Amino acid sequence: MYYSRQLMDLLEYQGKQLFARHGIPVSPGRAVRTVEEAVAAADEIGYPCVVKAQVQIGGRGKAGGIKLADDRDEVRRHASAILGMDIRGLIVKEVWIELASDIASEYYASIVFDRSAKAPLVMLSTKGGMDIEAVADEDPDAIAKLHVDPLLGFQPFHGRRLAFEAGVDEDVVRPVGAMLSKLYDAFVAEEATLVEVNPLIVTPERVVRALDAKVTLDGNALFRHPENAELRDPSAEDEQERMAHERGLTYVKLDGDIGILGNGAGLVMSTLDVVALAGGRPANFLDAGGGSKAEAIASAVEVILSDPKVKAVLFNIFGGITRCDEVARGLIEAFAQVKPEVPFVVRLDGTNDVEGRRLLAEANLPNVFAESTMDGAAKKVVELAAGS
Amino acid sequence: MSILVGKHTRLCVSGITGREGSFHTLRNREYGTQVVSGVTPGKGGQSVEGIPVFNTFHDAVDRTGANTAMIFVPPVFAGIELIIAITEGIPAHDELRTYSVIKKNGRARLVGPNCPGILSPGRANVGIIPAGFFKEGNVGLVSRSGTLTYQIGNELAQRGFGNSTIVGIGGDPVPGTDFIDVIGLLEDDPETDLIVMCGEIGGDAEERAAEFIAAHVTKPVLAYIAGFTAPPGKTMGHAGAIVSGSRGTAVAKAEALEAKGVRVGRTPTQVAEVAVSLLGAAA
Repeated sequence: MYYSRQLMDLLEYQGKQLFARHGIPVSPGRAVRTVEEAVAAADEIGYPCVVKAQVQIGGRGKAGGIKLADDRDEVRRHASAILGMDIRGLIVKEVWIELASDIASEYYASIVFDRSAKAPLVMLSTKGGMDIEAVADEDPDAIAKLHVDPLLGFQPFHGRRLAFEAGVDEDVVRPVGAMLSKLYDAFVAEEATLVEVNPLIVTPERVVRALDAKVTLDGNALFRHPENAELRDPSAEDEQERMAHERGLTYVKLDGDIGILGNGAGLVMSTLDVVALAGGRPANFLDAGGGSKAEAIASAVEVILSDPKVKAVLFNIFGGITRCDEVARGLIEAFAQVKPEVPFVVRLDGTNDVEGRRLLAEANLPNVFAESTMDGAAKKVVELAAGS
Repeated sequence: MSILVGKHTRLCVSGITGREGSFHTLRNREYGTQVVSGVTPGKGGQSVEGIPVFNTFHDAVDRTGANTAMIFVPPVFAGIELIIAITEGIPAHDELRTYSVIKKNGRARLVGPNCPGILSPGRANVGIIPAGFFKEGNVGLVSRSGTLTYQIGNELAQRGFGNSTIVGIGGDPVPGTDFIDVIGLLEDDPETDLIVMCGEIGGDAEERAAEFIAAHVTKPVLAYIAGFTAPPGKTMGHAGAIVSGSRGTAVAKAEALEAKGVRVGRTPTQVAEVAVSLLGAAA
């Protein structure tokens, strides 16, 4: 198990299962990975049902990833089509089979971290089922908003106030308010940074239910939620990202061919920009973090080089608590272990930089180029990647 | 006669087994306060110099009739004016509650968490900024990132500039102190002639800073934004550094700042070059 420092987006069904634990009404459903399982699940849940692709990307419906099935044959047909489908680069590996709902009204509800106000922001709108950013641009008054004092929490009157302000049907003011309360409970208890329900539906029987679920959890808090830390998104798992997480490194896969390693998120982001300005395309973001020891650096090099697209690697280090001599030792260790075939450009500045540069010079590693400035290092690595 | 606390007080201390907790508890008891119990989750059944410890307040109140609680949350309530939190990895909801408590409870200012600290060259260094690279001078620097601060500070230093103060506000979603707060302080600082702000993708702190600068700042401000090439939806190391949809992009931030007359350098080197053009070559 690893605890990511990043945010963790849940799949729809994972979000709904989380909702259900907090008493938020959702439709009965099951997550499955094969057509046979899909049919069995539909038989158990009943018809008509909906077959929904489980990938973390908007526009699933438009891409054909959400289909209504009236009977077993239709479930079989839709599940066959959707499993394995490519939705904007993500391969569908799981579908969620859910009992179909009749819909009288579609609302929108969400709770986000509002960073400017430094408080959770609860939003409710009767314009559900569509892109809320578009609603916010075109008709901002259609969204009722309320900041919650985190020390007071969300009170029942908050829910009623939002429901009246948003103009929900009067007969469902209380159940909608109650749902907001439970969403807030889930937001706090699960330490989410976002919970969003779009659409929140009212059925013809006037039952209120979350028809979709978007939940983002705080990676820093996962140590308190081991059950959430176990959740996985098989469609989004990338080999390098998984490897990096297992090693406790902050790594983001990008689509270029220049491997990047730096210390500190801001400096690494800046390095990506400088490489791009020099005409190169970074293959990854890798923050080795503060105070990295030689083993961590060697381990990070392995992760970078496991991406077959990488043609050259740039080390950009400005040592604060990270010591440049440790970085140099790590690189020397990595060369002993993995014997890289691609060129490296190394720029070391900061704590113990003289010693680090001396170690590298003495080691005389093949295909390793020292550069003294960030811009110079970026130009050099772009040149090397283009030439190899 | 007394109000609130007196001979009737039956005190229960949260965090009683900690160093500060036990120290102050015993001093209170020496003074004559009836200390009847303490709470430290997981240490129920132990005692501190004869004071029984419970796992929960419920148990403590139930078993010892406590009617008053003392909670050790240093240093927020201890009269400290400035709290600098270097720690990274603090859960966002904890930050939110802590920020709210500090805001409600008084004069203390929190800087960070997940920040490198504050350096006033030649005067004081609190945190992990490698002070050897910086000297006294007239450039105030405020940044969401640690090592990027060193990079830019170093580029400025190579061109002869020194710093009045370097403030790392941190890369988390709920920083205790924002750009606006620090820029306001630097505007009022007679030793600062140029303000350099170093932002990154995510949130709208840079956009709000742009508005603030236009309305309140007379000194030249120079900015750098990291993350022009960051893809949307991916957290770039800092919990706060994420582009969601069209929001929080480096382009939007640079445009917002430039629209208010703030010069934006595209690379750390360029920032230093613009500084030269604004202040003239430094000594």
